[in-house]
Amino acid sequence: MTAVLEIEGLRKSYRSRRRGTRNALDGFDMWVEPGQVHGFLGPNGSGKTTTLRTLLGLIRPDGGRMRLLGHEVPADLSAVTGRVGAIVESPQFFPHFTARETLSLLATAGQVRSSRTDEVLELVGLRDRSRERVKTYSLGMKQRLAVASALLKEPRLLILDEPANGLDPGGIREMRALMRNLSDAGTTVLLSSHILAEIQLICDSVTIISLGRRVAFGPVEKVLAAHSAGTVRVRLEVVADLPAASEALTRAGFRVTREPDHLMLAGVEKAAMVTRLLAGQGLYVSELVWVDADLESVFLELTATAPAPGQSRQVDQSAKPAAVGPSSTGGWGS
Amino acid sequence: MSLYRAELRRLVLRRLTRWATVLGLAVLATVAVGVFLSNQKIDDAARARAEVAAEQDWQQQVRQSEEIRAECEQAAARGDQSGRFPRDCSGISPPPRDIFPAEQYLPATFDFRASFGGTLIAPAAILALVGFVVGSSFVGAEWNTGGMMTMLLWRPKRVTVLLTKLAALLAGLLALAVTTTVLWFGGFWLIATTRGSTEGMTAGAWQSFALTSLRGVVLVLVAAVLGFGLASLGRHTAMALGGAVGVVVVGQFGLGVLLKLTGAKFVEAWLLPTYVQAWLQKEVVLRNWQSCQVNPFGQCEPETLTLTWQHTSGLLAAGLVLILGGACWAIRRRDIS
Ligand SMILES: Nc1ncnc2c1ncn2[C@@H]1O[C@H](COP(=O)(O)OP(=O)(O)O)[C@@H](O)[C@H]1O
Ligand SMILES: [Mg+2]
Repeated sequence: MTAVLEIEGLRKSYRSRRRGTRNALDGFDMWVEPGQVHGFLGPNGSGKTTTLRTLLGLIRPDGGRMRLLGHEVPADLSAVTGRVGAIVESPQFFPHFTARETLSLLATAGQVRSSRTDEVLELVGLRDRSRERVKTYSLGMKQRLAVASALLKEPRLLILDEPANGLDPGGIREMRALMRNLSDAGTTVLLSSHILAEIQLICDSVTIISLGRRVAFGPVEKVLAAHSAGTVRVRLEVVADLPAASEALTRAGFRVTREPDHLMLAGVEKAAMVTRLLAGQGLYVSELVWVDADLESVFLELTATAPAPGQSRQVDQSAKPAAVGPSSTGGWGS
Repeated sequence: MSLYRAELRRLVLRRLTRWATVLGLAVLATVAVGVFLSNQKIDDAARARAEVAAEQDWQQQVRQSEEIRAECEQAAARGDQSGRFPRDCSGISPPPRDIFPAEQYLPATFDFRASFGGTLIAPAAILALVGFVVGSSFVGAEWNTGGMMTMLLWRPKRVTVLLTKLAALLAGLLALAVTTTVLWFGGFWLIATTRGSTEGMTAGAWQSFALTSLRGVVLVLVAAVLGFGLASLGRHTAMALGGAVGVVVVGQFGLGVLLKLTGAKFVEAWLLPTYVQAWLQKEVVLRNWQSCQVNPFGQCEPETLTLTWQHTSGLLAAGLVLILGGACWAIRRRDIS
């Protein structure tokens, strides 16, 4: 089956006279198959929104190829916009219009039948508040309205940029159910997020982006499997020794994540290497277990954005993979 | 077409559109009511009253001059040297009757043919202001609330979206301007029939008024396009309004002062209001009082410069092309984020 969304080697630099150029996207690739719920993960500023804007023709790429529903974009965008519903970075609506007015204006402009307005208001749970001005809405209600506007077209591909922003736990759960239902009905959903548990719960596959490049992609289990090998949890007899142990292990080349009462190590081949190294320093291990990574630790490891003690991480401090082909990281076919 | 309908509905739904329209119409209604109240119908009774008033005034003047002459003669008899009176008291003569024409004692009256043309500047100026504000906020508010971006996710042809929006704006304003102009004609015709006269309205006079109104409507539409274009270029309503205020206050005022200082010939020729005036009144004649051309009778005639509505149309066309063209180019080229 052909992909719903294909991106190859996408590049985009923002130029500013004062700060020079910033490569927001640096040869980014992505591939989404039909009927999936696809997670698009990355730390703040990694280029998720830039990717989606470029895809939807709002910004002009500096290079690369993109296809939506089999059409080249941005050249052929008009042919597909009717079937692509999208929200990009918490969209704003005109504050003095009601939700119903806002949606019915969009429906008129997009030649959508007018009864659809009521359907989507019902779907996102705004039916009873639809005659109130958007100005009076809470963040979560605005987010629901945004999703409603994206659903108005009965899209085959639904693109949502951080849709869980501002939603309460109940809202997040409803959103999850909504996406599942859409996906079961054949809609492909692309969901950008930095809430990893969310993605792990509802996504069939993921693409992880860091500093404008793809660092991992594929079905969720495969990404997890490919990156959880060699992860161990280490506890010491004396908790106060954790900093010293962390330092020694880092020096020896392990990737260490500090937790309050234990350390997580990645890239471990033999457990004995860890115990021997620590014992040599007079640090005694009380527990050492191999663990299956969750998406969060894979994400933190791949993007190198795990918090380091005594240091505040800056937004652009993430791992940047070398410009390489898809063979280096997990995914299908490998 | 569906996009056009949506935009037209959006225009009508907007509060600013409604308020600006109501406010503009209220100002115009006030002007009309003021004209109505300050004019009166001239009938035979009014003419007779004026005749009497003129006669009374003249007689009072005659009495006064006679009293003064009497005082003068008494002073001369006393040998008064104070110089309060002329030496020759016969020089003090009563004013002639004909400098007290009865017409001057008639109350103000509204002569449609003579005065209506001058009132047409009011709807043109007020509606041009409404057009500018509504035009700039119609697209500016869309830009700064992100509505434009949402619309482009539905209709990716950016220039089409922008121009369709503009078309809806102009259609709405045209309807407003035409209705207002018709009401203005009707209102002043009513004022003239009840508080003045509608005599002498030839086909030529009607045509001249109609053409002036037409130029007024064009001015309204041009103002709307300029506001719309500036707000779209700056992607913010405030940009257009700020730009306009900047041009008017700093540009025009500063330029005026500067030109005065450097002793330029026709300072007004550099100021925009002159061109608006020329547009509505067909022409404006500027005079340079500093330079003197002596005419055959030995009188000083100032050098003149005539600005016609054609000059203004050139200026308006250039502004339109520059700003609307710029807005179309910018929306095609610039990233939307
Ligand atoms: N309009 C812009 N001008 C300049 N830099 C921008 C602009 N938009 C985004 N960026 C930069 O591009 C990078 C990627 O941003 P973005 O795509 O918004 O990240 P994300 O959505 O993943 O948080 C960031 O470093 C950001 O600062
Ligand atoms: Mg973002």
